[in-house]
Parts: sequence; C-alpha cells; structure tokens
Amino acid sequence: MSEPTSSTSTVAEEQVVLPDTSDHDKIAIEQSGKQGDVLLEVDHVTLRFGGVVALNDVDFQIRRGEILGLIGPNGAGKTTCFNAMTGVYTPTDGKIRFKGHEIAGIKPHKINHLGIARTFQNIRLFPEMSAMENVMVGCDARHKSSVPGVLFRLVRVRPSEEELPASGIRRSLAKVFGISRHTLEERAGRKRSMELLRFVGIADRAGELARNLPYGYQRRLEIARALATEPELICLDEPAAGFNPAEKEDLMGLIRRIRDLGHTVLVIEHDMKLVLGVTDRIVVLEFGQKIAEGTPDEVARNPKVIAAYLGEPDDAA
Amino acid sequence: MSQITSALRIGDRWDHAPKAVRWVALLLLVAFAYYLPYLNILPFAYVRTDLTSSGSDWASVLFLVVVYMIVAVGLNVVIGLAGLLDLGYVGFYALGAYSIALFGSPSSPVTQLIADRFGLSEGWAVPFAFCIPIAILMALVAGVILGAPTLRLRGDYLAIVTLGFGEIIRITARNVDGVTGGAAGITNVPTPPGPEIDGRAFFNTIDAERWYWLALTILILIIFLARRLENSRVGRAWLAIREDEDAAAVMGVAGFKFKLWAFAIGASLGGLAGLLFGSKQQYVEPNAFMVQLSFLFVAMVVIGGSGNIVGALLGAFLLTYLPERFREFVDWRPFAFGVAMVAVMVLRPQGLVPSRRRAREFEDRKQEAEEAAADV
Repeated sequence: MSEPTSSTSTVAEEQVVLPDTSDHDKIAIEQSGKQGDVLLEVDHVTLRFGGVVALNDVDFQIRRGEILGLIGPNGAGKTTCFNAMTGVYTPTDGKIRFKGHEIAGIKPHKINHLGIARTFQNIRLFPEMSAMENVMVGCDARHKSSVPGVLFRLVRVRPSEEELPASGIRRSLAKVFGISRHTLEERAGRKRSMELLRFVGIADRAGELARNLPYGYQRRLEIARALATEPELICLDEPAAGFNPAEKEDLMGLIRRIRDLGHTVLVIEHDMKLVLGVTDRIVVLEFGQKIAEGTPDEVARNPKVIAAYLGEPDDAA
Repeated sequence: MSQITSALRIGDRWDHAPKAVRWVALLLLVAFAYYLPYLNILPFAYVRTDLTSSGSDWASVLFLVVVYMIVAVGLNVVIGLAGLLDLGYVGFYALGAYSIALFGSPSSPVTQLIADRFGLSEGWAVPFAFCIPIAILMALVAGVILGAPTLRLRGDYLAIVTLGFGEIIRITARNVDGVTGGAAGITNVPTPPGPEIDGRAFFNTIDAERWYWLALTILILIIFLARRLENSRVGRAWLAIREDEDAAAVMGVAGFKFKLWAFAIGASLGGLAGLLFGSKQQYVEPNAFMVQLSFLFVAMVVIGGSGNIVGALLGAFLLTYLPERFREFVDWRPFAFGVAMVAVMVLRPQGLVPSRRRAREFEDRKQEAEEAAADV
C-alpha cells in the first residue's frame, strides 16, 4: 500500500472539502489473496440478445490491486460486459469467474457479498434517504443482524474496553450482559459511513437527502456507497460523465486513493485522457469484440484503437 | 407549506430537547392516554362520543381506535417502509379473529373436533394465553404463504393479488360451515383471564375501558418494537427496496428476504389486532371483514403520512374516531370521507404528518429556492 498522502497532490484547488486522508487505515479492506493474482476472469464470453451479438468471445482478466480501464466507442458492449460481471445478464457462452467462483446465475446481492460492487452510469441512489443512510445501506451488506436480532437483541457480544460506555450503570450493565451485536454493528456502520463520506469529500452534506445533492456529490456518493460494501473489486461505470476538467482531475486522484485502500478498480470510461491517466492496463472493445489490451501507452499507440476512436483514414479503406 | 414546516419544527424541537424532557413528555402523554376513558372535565369532555343517548360507548370507541392503530402500525411497515401495496390486509385481521374463535371458543367446530378426538371434557378449549401465539402464527404463516410467490410481482400486480387474498379469506370463512360455522359465525369467543370484580369477569362486555387499557399496552409495546426495526439495518433495507429495488440488490440487500419479512411482520400485527377485536366482541362472523375495511386501513396509513409511525397512528385515530363522534351525521359519512380524502390528497400529498425525511426535503427545496433568489 503506497503512502496515501502522495495522491492528494492531484486534488484540484477548487474543491471545497479536502479529503481527510488520516482515516485511511480505518476504511482499508482486508485482502483474501496476493497482489497481482487473477481476481476476475472473463473467459471467452459471448452474449447474444436474439440475433444481436452484444459480446463476441471477449476474454480478459482483472488482477488484484490494479486499475483496469475498459474502453470503447458507444455501443461497443462495455456496459453489457459490466452487467454480465455483476450478474444482471448471464453469458450465452463462456464463463465469468470471480476468485474462482463462477458468477453466472448468482443473484445480484450474493455477487455483492462475494466482493463485487458497482456504480451506475445513470446515477441510481436512494433519493429519499440521506447521504449517510445511503452509505449505511452499503455497510449493512457486511452486517449480520437479523429481524429477530434487531427486535429482541438477544445476540450479545462481549464489548472491548473502548466499546464500553464511560458512565457508571450503563458500563456495569454492558459488562454483565454484553452489548447486542445490532448496537455494535450500527455504531460501526455509522462511523465507517462518515469516514467514507469524508474519504470521497462530501462529509459536509452527510445529513442531506441524496436527491438534493449536487450532481458531483451524487456521483461521489455512489462511489462511497459502493465502497461501503467492502468490495475487493469495484466497478465504476462512466464515473466522469458530466464532469468538468477540474472535477475529472479530482476523480483521478480519488480512483488512485481507492486502489490504495486495497480495492481493485475497473473503470469504464469514454474520456481517453482520464483512462490513459489513471489506469494500469486497458482493454478496448469495439462492436462487442476485444480489439486491444495493454498498458495505456501501448493502447494509445495501437492503430486499431486509433481507428476505432478516430475512424479509419480514407486511404486505408 | 407553513404547516409542513411547523410539523418539522415540532419534530426538531423534540429531537433537540434534553432526554429528561422527552421522557417526561412521553410519560405524561401515556398517562393521559390511560386516563382518557374517564375524561370528564367539561371543555375536554366534548371529545367523548357518548354525550347523547344515541352515541357509542366512549371506552369501546377508544378500544377500536387502538386496535386500528395496531393495524396501521403493521400496515405502515408493509406500505410505508417496504413500499408494497397490500390491499388484502383485512385477510390477516380476519385470520387473527378466527384463530382465537376457532381454537378458544368451546362451541367452535374445531375445538369440538379436537375434544372428541382426544376424549377431552365437554366445554374444553385452548386457553386464551395459547391463542395469542396461535393467532400470530396463523397470520404470519398466511403472510409468508401469500408473500412467497407474489412478492416477485411488482406494484399493481401485488395489489391485485392481495386484494383477492382478502376476499378469499372472508368467502372461505362464510362457506366452510363445518370448520368456521359459516355465515352464523362463532360465539363464546374467549376473553383474557382476570380476577372477578363485582361478580363479573375482569374482561367483560360492560367495562370496555379494561379492554382499552389492554390494547393500549400492547400498542405501546408494538410501537417500541416497530421503532427498533425502523432505525436499523432492516428499516434501511426496506427503504432502499422502496426507492430502487435493483440498485438495492446490487448493494447487497437481499430484496426478497426483506420484503417477505415486511409482509410477515405486517401480517402478524394484523392477526394480533384481529385477535383483540374478536375477543372483545366475543363473537366472530365473516361479514365483519368486508373488503372495505382493507381500503379503510390503507387510507389510515396514506392519510396519516406513509412511512411514519406517528402519521399512521393519527390516520387510524381520525378515521375511526371522527365517524363515531359525529354519528348524527351518519348519512353524510361517505360524503365527508370522500371530501376528506380529496382534500388531503390535494393539500397534503405526503399525508398529515409527513415522514421526517420527506418534510426535510420540502424544507431543503425551500432553502434552495431562497438561496437561488439571493444569488440573483
């Protein structure tokens, strides 16, 4: 894990709330494998909708700890690929494996529990809930309290010294009867949510309804909510859509800091500058097929990619 | 708008008040609620429903208000929090009432069958205390059986299926004479045990205030538990499902599981309310559970303010109390009801006591508008 403070230098000056990097250790996630291992494997996946071939024999891997860019012109199949990875579509052919488990046919919430989280191209927050509550829903994904557990609080946990209340009677009661798991989870969730909001830089409006937040804040809130589920792989679907250059610059810093927390990041993006600037490796799709894969430099020089983005020159046709 | 902000202000003042003040205020309110049947000081006594000889018994009205409040709290979980439009709630209410009647009454076909089968003495029936878990369990199981296949439906389809369920329960109860006593219903429904006072059982048909106190105690317990659910992982999951079910699933919310829980919890509260109703009446018959009652229940939650316990309680109070208080205008009741509904929908679409978060939203919009105006 690199020194988190180094990445804050990319944060633009316009940003009102500077992210507080002192909490990184508290929100970093635990790893279940080594850096550089294959985390997600898209194994010769084909996806057909009736006669339309949305993905044709697409094959690539995401390695633990990297930032992978998935790019391509409009309609290249990026979001389709993404949806297949998060369980929305089942591939017609081929397999998608996450940490060795095949993902096809697993329900979306189970896939989240496996360790994949995502954001949406068209923001999909819970509009009538506050920013804080939105993130807490994400935290809840890792919590265990059941309905009877919440109602009757019979699952007790022996609290550690710092979890014990300071005052007299409550302290002795907590020592004798323990503290309910629900209470501890709730407390931990609130704390972690606040730290995540601070991490993405929107803690100043934690109590506000998601629908009332400005656009940039909503995008960041989606990222915080996804991070709250402690995913090993976080997939960002066009996170820079609608951002101005300064905001894009911020976002690049944020993506790097997310990786520094221990998450592997997959970015789908149109904006070449952002993708070339932040990713370690890039996979390029066109018309449902992979046309290139490599480091940003390699991809930027690849004639096929240039052709796909700029159109083929007349003399080559 | 000003009313909404004032409702918010009361809520905010409540939140900011010291804990001791809140406890004292709450205790006074509860004490007043227990005292209500004896309310006889003049200007306030006008709220009583038995001022004229044709009026209804005041304590009985209070009892019914509280029973419907239990219903509203339960239905608020289903409609207000989880966003599932359940139009057959009366089915669970009926199941609760029929459970205690069928198992608790010595004259019901079910107890007679059990007594014959196991050679028990004449007049044997399941004791009242055991009827409570039976009623809750029956409603809960019915909720799960109804919910398991239908909760995969969304919106209007769920409403239609539940509407059918409510009617199925009533029509079955009317037609299966051998089990439910058919249209004649079941008499001798048991009442809770208690010491005899003045030669009468503690819970009898005359002293309705005792029934009211019993129901009120149960209601307070239920509100306590419902609030626990609301401010927890479970409550948040329900809200998230209501807001955007697909996004919630991707965030790890097990949508179906939590919807089923909402349904089961709502159903068991409906069953409990039905049990209280049946026990107080000491007589259960199918016509007490018409489909209109379902609509009344939904109206309570929606008029009061969906997603908010205080709103649901207020809705239940108004829709039960007002028709009883103004009985002399009974011919005008459907008209007044319609006008009130339209008025609420037009003037306060969020309900009389909007959920705090919704009120906050109105407030935010107002603030934004002011900021925008200041910028110009």
